[in-house]
Amino acid sequence: MSQGLTKAEVQHVAQLANLPLKEEEVVDFSQKLSETIDYVKRLNEVKTTAVAPTYQTGGTQNRFREDEITPSLPPTEALKNAERQYNNFFVAPDVWD
Amino acid sequence: MKYTPVIGLETHVELATASKMFCGCSAEHFQAPPNTHTCPVCLGLPGALPVPNKRAVDWTLLLAEALQCQLNTQSHFDRKNYFYPDLPKSYQITQYEKPLGENGQLEIAPGKIIRIRRVHLEEDTGKLQHTQIGSDRVVLVDFNRSGVPLVEIVTEPDFRSLEEVDLYVKKLQRIIRRLEISNADMEKGSMRLEPSISLSGDEVPVPLPNDQLPPYRVELKNINSFRFARKALEYEIQRQSELLTMGQKVLQQTRGWSEDKNATFAQREKEGEHDYRYFPEPDIPPLEFTPEELEAIKHKIPELPYPRAVRLINQYGLSDYQADLLTENKDLADYFEKAVTTAAKNVSPKEIANWLINKKIDIAKLSPQALLAEIASAKETTTISDEEMERMVREVLAENSQAVADYRKGKTQILGFLIGCMVKKIGPKADRNAISQKLQEKLRVS
Amino acid sequence: MGLNSLTLREAQEGLKAKKFTSQELVKDCLDRIEETDGKIRAFLAKNPLALKEATENPQGIPVAIKDNFNTSGLETTASSNILKGYLPPYDATVVRKVKENNGIILGKTNMDAFAHGSSTETSDFGPTKNPWDLQRLPGGSSGGSAAAVAADQAIFAIGSETAGSIRGPAAWCGIVGLKPTYGRVSRYGLIAMASSTDSPGPLTKTVGDARTVYHWIKGQDPHDATTVDQGEGTVKEIRDLKIGLPKEYFRPEGQKEVNETVWQAAKVFERLGARLVEISLFDPQYAISVYTIVQRSEVSSNLGRFTGIRFGHGRETFNAENKRRIMLGTYALSAGYYDAYYKKAQQVRTVIIDDFKKTFEKVDLILAPTMPSVAPRLGVTQGQSMYGELADILTEPSSVAGLPAISLPCGFVAGLPVGLQLIGPLWQEEMILKAAEEFERNTAWHKEKPKL
Repeated sequence: MSQGLTKAEVQHVAQLANLPLKEEEVVDFSQKLSETIDYVKRLNEVKTTAVAPTYQTGGTQNRFREDEITPSLPPTEALKNAERQYNNFFVAPDVWD
Repeated sequence: MKYTPVIGLETHVELATASKMFCGCSAEHFQAPPNTHTCPVCLGLPGALPVPNKRAVDWTLLLAEALQCQLNTQSHFDRKNYFYPDLPKSYQITQYEKPLGENGQLEIAPGKIIRIRRVHLEEDTGKLQHTQIGSDRVVLVDFNRSGVPLVEIVTEPDFRSLEEVDLYVKKLQRIIRRLEISNADMEKGSMRLEPSISLSGDEVPVPLPNDQLPPYRVELKNINSFRFARKALEYEIQRQSELLTMGQKVLQQTRGWSEDKNATFAQREKEGEHDYRYFPEPDIPPLEFTPEELEAIKHKIPELPYPRAVRLINQYGLSDYQADLLTENKDLADYFEKAVTTAAKNVSPKEIANWLINKKIDIAKLSPQALLAEIASAKETTTISDEEMERMVREVLAENSQAVADYRKGKTQILGFLIGCMVKKIGPKADRNAISQKLQEKLRVS
Repeated sequence: MGLNSLTLREAQEGLKAKKFTSQELVKDCLDRIEETDGKIRAFLAKNPLALKEATENPQGIPVAIKDNFNTSGLETTASSNILKGYLPPYDATVVRKVKENNGIILGKTNMDAFAHGSSTETSDFGPTKNPWDLQRLPGGSSGGSAAAVAADQAIFAIGSETAGSIRGPAAWCGIVGLKPTYGRVSRYGLIAMASSTDSPGPLTKTVGDARTVYHWIKGQDPHDATTVDQGEGTVKEIRDLKIGLPKEYFRPEGQKEVNETVWQAAKVFERLGARLVEISLFDPQYAISVYTIVQRSEVSSNLGRFTGIRFGHGRETFNAENKRRIMLGTYALSAGYYDAYYKKAQQVRTVIIDDFKKTFEKVDLILAPTMPSVAPRLGVTQGQSMYGELADILTEPSSVAGLPAISLPCGFVAGLPVGLQLIGPLWQEEMILKAAEEFERNTAWHKEKPKL
């Protein structure tokens, strides 16, 4: 019946998604996600052998821009919404190696 | 037990376009003050959208063609999703399923082919600097480089020695520079290497069938010079041999090179790091090329360095060595051919080649005509009368009796010294051949 | 003076004829907002310069902009705490075009946070109330924009639709909402939800107003590679129109009175000369799954940029609905599941697109209820894993197919507005607008106003 996502699976997905989850959230999401996944499995009722996927509906192709320089933002504008900045650099915690 | 290295190479090349891959910011980032070439697109601000740079696509097709790839008539961009502070959107726009070029090759030596699996186009990330602010360990991020177009060239694991890697890199670099799409400079970071290496027992054919590939692969990343790449590979061959000899397994992992420690080191991998959740980029319509457009690319390829070298050998009788050096860049090769075609009959292509190679000519300062003039005047020899010659030879032989005795005892190489003495007397434009003949004549007479 | 209750056309004509000034117009709207927004809560950040801009622009018309459009220098949050205090360094293309056409921004309107909803109840800053019944929801995610227009707080508004987010609130608030063809209007500067279906569009008091704004904002944009400059196609007279009524869209699970109201409204078209034909469309319930997977997958990727480093706050600030959608999307794209979910959904998407194509060979337009019921009470979305996607069953199929559509007011059930939608083939906005205009000319639903 319900495949159900285990806590471990939920935690794995949360890690891929870079979402820090609280314990209650892991439990709640496990249930809600499982419900959603069960629902969308209905798609298996639709036959799609040899049907090409549609990734874009506009039907366009080859949309380019010419290799021309346009004005950039002044660094003050680029940085103005950053919580931390240092000598015009963005600052992030060093938690990765 | 003797192990053979099985090496593959991933090369990233920054294209020298004026603007970035998906926005109009200047792509010139080397030494620009931080975050001065950014906009909502390359900063990954909410609501920003990518629009591809046509020249970057054209240049990638050109390179793919030069590497004899099959150019895909249908291609598109994909998103590669992962989190890292230098990746503003937390996804990189790249090509996963339908790269611009596939299944090409590069012949690095007669009979030795390196297969090119794919050539594709993507965007570069920003630059990180690890540092400390107060007691806080932080990374400083500069997005000037974010969004600069990168071409990625991936080979099959066809290399069996470091020399082969060397040849490939030099050749690839020359082709890229000849196409004038990048200065492919490892010091400036416009060409980056990511070798991957494993070891196999003795006989390892090329190509190696997939089921016979070694059961692991070590990827070497963040190596910023060719010298370090060689050192890292040498180190790995040693390290892996030792492990395998002791019956241990080599871990599949990513390693970096530490110049301080003179060793490679394992880089921390997060679980699930490689699940990039690729899917087609919805913000960019697919690329479709007509057969005519792709055919036109073929005609845009100029004479590449290696074919040109072959032609110089056949046309002008140069040696492999000479042809290789002269085709290092277009300017030098053009200069050489200009000199050859305007030279007088008594100046051979080989001579011109030797001059260019041995005499450190600055071709920017000395025109081909001026070079030819120098060669001609060097060929002029100081004429002296037969009597003068006789007199000087007698003088030299008299002044160097020990040398003469040694020569007659069998030390024929002394002749060079005696010629030198003659040249000192006559002048630098002395006709060495005539001197040599005369000396030998006189020395025979005891 | 009550100038805030004018339509866009009336306001333009009045300004031209100098019957009143732009400042008076803006002031009446601001007063109205002052009077009513305590109850309705349609607005978030207000533009402190609105009156000043009206002074400088005698043709200025007050507009409300949904808070997922970047407005330079004016706080833009997409109704999420994660963007609290965010000041964009640029204007969305749609915003720029509205300004170029004399739009004066009154402020940003409330929405479901990141547009993840169909009610405006999942805004991080509290729900917007439906002006017709303050105990009920206005719909979403463009709920604030719809309420602002319905309550005559703004002359017109800009919203966005990913699946139902313009049409739904328009229907529940008794106004006109136009969702253009995907690719018709630039998304540059619109905070992305589902990149492959997001469509900016107008929410207005009349069809004529919708047409005016549509022409301002449409067109290929060099900043958006998915936009196209496409012609409008031939526009038929009403008496030459064949209008299909899909039986699958008049659902037994839907409100019976809503179905009947729309059915009655359809007869107006018949009286005007159009031919009504019963048709059968691919079961819309599958579009829910297609949309859920595709949208949530694209969302999971689009929201990756919110890391708190270059702007905004940390990822823990996302609300529960945002996190759930990111999680589902990440799961659907992850190794081993991509083919079963994302790819499969895009294949069924093709089936839906082909079904519409075949249908439009037989009929010119499709007519159906916009929403299966009238506006629900506050609190209805709590604890639901898929509320939004289930509620939008009648708009999701046309959204995933990229088709243009409009919702118009067509009646009332127990005092609450009912909307009917007209769906057209790709790029046929003019045909839809013409038919809608004829309907409007022959009815008076659009003239009804909520009592506040």
